[in-house]
Amino acid sequence: MRLVVDLNKCQGYAQCAFLAPDVFAMHGEESLLYDPRPEEEQRERVARAVAACPVRAITADGLDRAGASQGASDAR
Amino acid sequence: MPADHIERLRREGRIVIVGASLAGLRAAETLRAEGFAGDLTLIGDEPHEPYDRPPLSKSALLGVASPLRTQLPRRREIDAKWRLGVAATGLDLAAKRVRLADGDEVEYDRLLIATGVRARPWFKEEEARLDGVCVLRTREDAADLARRLRAGPRRVFVIGAGFAGSEVASACREMGLPVSMAERAGAPLVGALGGVVGSVAADLATEHGVDLRTHVTVTALEGDTVGRVRAVHLSDESVVEADVVVVSLGSLRNTEWLTGSGLGAGPRGVACDAGCRAFDFRGIVTDDVFVAGDVARSPHALFGYQFLSLEHWGNAVAQAETAAHNMICDGADRRPHLWMPAFWSSMFGVNIKSVGVPPMGEQLMITQGSLAERRFVGVYGHQGRIVAAVTFDNARWLEFYQRQIERGAPFPVEFPTLDRRPEGRQPVPAGFPDPSLPTHGPMVTLSGYSPADQQLVFHPSRH
Repeated sequence: MRLVVDLNKCQGYAQCAFLAPDVFAMHGEESLLYDPRPEEEQRERVARAVAACPVRAITADGLDRAGASQGASDAR
Repeated sequence: MPADHIERLRREGRIVIVGASLAGLRAAETLRAEGFAGDLTLIGDEPHEPYDRPPLSKSALLGVASPLRTQLPRRREIDAKWRLGVAATGLDLAAKRVRLADGDEVEYDRLLIATGVRARPWFKEEEARLDGVCVLRTREDAADLARRLRAGPRRVFVIGAGFAGSEVASACREMGLPVSMAERAGAPLVGALGGVVGSVAADLATEHGVDLRTHVTVTALEGDTVGRVRAVHLSDESVVEADVVVVSLGSLRNTEWLTGSGLGAGPRGVACDAGCRAFDFRGIVTDDVFVAGDVARSPHALFGYQFLSLEHWGNAVAQAETAAHNMICDGADRRPHLWMPAFWSSMFGVNIKSVGVPPMGEQLMITQGSLAERRFVGVYGHQGRIVAAVTFDNARWLEFYQRQIERGAPFPVEFPTLDRRPEGRQPVPAGFPDPSLPTHGPMVTLSGYSPADQQLVFHPSRH
């Protein structure tokens, strides 16, 4: 599973940090730090964070099985 | 007839993308999303699939993310042929062929140039090779720097206080490492945000314990007997001992491979029209070569059709999408790249964001908050219009100011805001360096009375 946050869009609502605290963390009052390659067991939480972001700033792949195999087949 | 041609291109054409990073990947995804069914080849000089760079100077140094694991997520299947770890070395416009470092050649019907930029290395090669002298651009750079920082150096020296340099200094302080940062201008971020906002960045850095040295240049890096860097020599004749030196002097555009191709490409990038079509060196637009991302220079209607080179994450994404769309459709269906410039940075716990083109502004108004609190909105004006806004920990207002810029709203800002302070009622000069003065030109003068006493004295430029 890989993810990226469009930090131009991100406005620091911190919904992701609330829903998946091991992946997303606020750094200071407004800036966001995140792990772009979270562990598999975070899948469910990341999916919820992606859905909950008010500005749709998070893109993740591999959130479902089909997506996971997609990344692999494109690797080379 | 042209419609048939485009139909055939979409069905069985060959598209080559040179540059396998953010812009290259998003272009490939857009091509497939818009129905391109032909051959797609991505060429990249790095051996890795596309990865994200912004975390490399922030979370990767702090250990929140591994620098080796920032591969970009895929938005869809792109069914591409990947040529990774091999650089493009030449372009034959007439024969529509890209030459590769391994001697191979790839033919195209449409080409996208997305080769981006690379870190500007330390200018003295021998000193640049000293162990401990680093740049920060690739994931290997980040992994190397992160390892060196974790090893607990006695002092880190950052050359250049732009965004990347300041982010590195911030990470060092967060890790408790002593860090010095040298800047030719009077404050950090002056080139991007001007002297008024730069002075806030200077206060932030010094309050967090950065040994900030402004109005100086680094004149030499000194190594020890086994080739490790040990000290940095400055133009004010001071010497700072450091065992890690981070060279953060901006970037160079990857256009050398286009030399002699006939494209309008050079140190300032590859010029293109608003539809991302590259210009040849005669200023005539090509019809099958497109450009996107950091390497592109394109005119922006909102900013006087100035050719802007934007090393912005969001620009790479948006320009790639526009270029990809335009590559596979007819003239009337093409779209201009009208993305509003925007970037972010975070340092010393403060979130810095900007929209528009701040360096175009001569004047600045603090419309919300205050500089002293490090929480404010600054609005930049140029010839009676709002051209940019910057926020320190006030990002939610940017969308509003983006609309002001898009509508050509007047400057000085007339609308009242709730928390405007006295300092924000009148515009002040934004404090950008005078563009008519050379920025790199130090002066050398003679001092001493008698010819025997005379010495050359070096003065770095004072802005």
